[in-house]
Amino acid sequence: MDNIAGSKSSLTWAVHISVVVLVLLWLFPTLGLLVSSFRTADQIYSSGWWGSIFTQESQNPAIRISGEETRDGPLYVNEGDLFPQTDAIVSAWGTSSRAPQAHVPGDTVQLKDDWQLTLDATGKYRLTSPTSFQGTRLPRIFTTATAPPEFTLENYETMLFSPTNSENMVKAFFNTLTVTIPATIIPILVAAFAAYALAWMRFPGRALLIAFIVALLVVPLQLALIPLLKLHLNIGIGKGYVGVWLAHTGFGMPLAIYLLRNYMVGLPKDIIENARVDGATEFQIFMRIILPLSFPALAAFAIFQFLWVWNDLLVGLVFLIDSTGETTIMTRQIIELLGTRGGNWEILATAAFVSIAVPLIVFFTLQKYLVRGLLAGSVK
Amino acid sequence: MNPAFLALVTIVGGVAACVSYFYAANLILDKFLFPPDGPNAGRNINRANLIRPWLFLFPALFVLTLYLAYPVIETIRLSLTDRSQDGAFVGLDNYTQMMSEPKFWEAMRNNMLWLIVVPALSTAIGLLAAQLTDRIKWGNIAKAIIFMPMAISFVGAAVIWKLVYDARPPDAEQIGILNALYIWFTSDEPQQWLTIPFWNNFFLMTVLIWIETGFAMVILSAALRGIPEETIEAAIIDGANPFEIFFKIKVPQIMGTILVVWTTITIKVLKVFDIVFAMTNGQWETQVLANYMFDKFFRANDWNVGSASAMVIMLLVMPILVWNVFNARKEMR
Repeated sequence: MDNIAGSKSSLTWAVHISVVVLVLLWLFPTLGLLVSSFRTADQIYSSGWWGSIFTQESQNPAIRISGEETRDGPLYVNEGDLFPQTDAIVSAWGTSSRAPQAHVPGDTVQLKDDWQLTLDATGKYRLTSPTSFQGTRLPRIFTTATAPPEFTLENYETMLFSPTNSENMVKAFFNTLTVTIPATIIPILVAAFAAYALAWMRFPGRALLIAFIVALLVVPLQLALIPLLKLHLNIGIGKGYVGVWLAHTGFGMPLAIYLLRNYMVGLPKDIIENARVDGATEFQIFMRIILPLSFPALAAFAIFQFLWVWNDLLVGLVFLIDSTGETTIMTRQIIELLGTRGGNWEILATAAFVSIAVPLIVFFTLQKYLVRGLLAGSVK
Repeated sequence: MNPAFLALVTIVGGVAACVSYFYAANLILDKFLFPPDGPNAGRNINRANLIRPWLFLFPALFVLTLYLAYPVIETIRLSLTDRSQDGAFVGLDNYTQMMSEPKFWEAMRNNMLWLIVVPALSTAIGLLAAQLTDRIKWGNIAKAIIFMPMAISFVGAAVIWKLVYDARPPDAEQIGILNALYIWFTSDEPQQWLTIPFWNNFFLMTVLIWIETGFAMVILSAALRGIPEETIEAAIIDGANPFEIFFKIKVPQIMGTILVVWTTITIKVLKVFDIVFAMTNGQWETQVLANYMFDKFFRANDWNVGSASAMVIMLLVMPILVWNVFNARKEMR
């Protein structure tokens, strides 16, 4: 717009920088958890996740020398590698916690009892003594080393594939899926018929009904918890999948009708009138014309409902999860982990990402429909 | 029965039941009740057309009434009765009892804070993001990233932000980015952000703002694009600078949309439960109404006071409900 007036705005740079800042602010929290889920517990606690992306220097926890001794002439020798798995480069080391950076790699240090210790930059050490080490405590080595970034899938293995792990997310994942799919599909069809009636049929009370649905759009579902739980217990559904499917169907219905009606009203009038003149029944018009034409709106609502049900905690807590805990869903499982494993970020991060992954995939692949849906019914 | 199998049966059965209901109902109406032929063909067609909308509407209306309208009435009843006295009518006793609890007033105060801060900041940042990203080439990528939290559950977001707020002992390496920055700038001790009364509310609100800004941005961005270009061109010719164009030309024209976004986020704020439940559970003076209500229902098992607090949420939603209905009716005329 500014170009039209012939003067390219001097603000362009400011705009770019502001957007970069905004994007980073919005990305950083999620990125932190994602990166953490690929690090081991030790790594998470020894440095912030933001450092793990780069090669970085950090002070490592002390490692006590272990292993078998060998003979080398008159000397007893204990040799080994401090970092057998990584390519860390030692920049300084020490043998006491008071002076962890006292020496540089290659130094030979005199310890008690004529022990001599040397450490090179790759972490190889050599401890020698005129007498046997047997029965004595071997020294600890403190190192400061730069290590290349290192990530692992170990956390995902424990949370997804380890059969011994009682906090396994797999069951909760499939429970969530079991709740979500029927609770997404069933309301669509019911709502579509109603939306068609509200959009294209003339009958007394139609305006009032639409007002009723708009009103129900904003009714907080908190009000419905106790009365409906009582109802479910009275009619024998109790707590379980059937109850939670019904509840999600009910709570999603106003948005579904509202969205679909708004879309259907905009469909070309001629098509429907022509079909009526040609003798099509309302049922045929609906199935053959309205439903296929409304696909974008149906998709938009399906995405909304999917995200909402997948991410829900409250409805699941109240209508689904009973005292056996067999039917726990992922959001509930994460809450449990927050309580019992509050400090174990490798577990929390992984569990959270297992649950976030599916909605994120849906979001990025179907964003187009989601945005359209939002624009059509931005009330809920 | 295996739940996955049950789910499959429900999907197939549910869809089949739906379709066959509509098909059969229409068939009965057209073939048997009011067939559109014979001596009364005209009258029959009219009658059938009078009944048909209700056939289409019935399942949806039934679900709506049972799952949303009935609970409102039932909650009102529960809030005026006492379960321990066999549901005897006790007037406003439950409300009086609720109002004598300091936790309720704490929840009210916090909810008011949430109601002011979250919609205002989400809308403002969303508007800013919409305006800025519309002007640059990689704007769509930026939009997708700011919009992304929308897909993340409140519980997931709570975990994400708990890591941001994490605090480790002073001598240990900080792994929460907020404390790392705080120490870097002030050389102070690391803070337990979520346990500092009053301010911790704002740390919880940040999570919801982070989620809702993308929503505001998407809607407002569409509204900004809908502004007629002539108005902006005219302003440029008249020598208005970019700020004047934004605040005096663009914002007034999308005021209606801003209001819609604002009220939509307000409703979400009133229902906010998961974030507080997962991050502090109302400790350290962070209680909000929805969580207070959950506490009453499922921990204290006090349905009556719980219903009273649910009614408070309903009352707070009421003005927006009326406004929405009013707008919807205006649009239809």
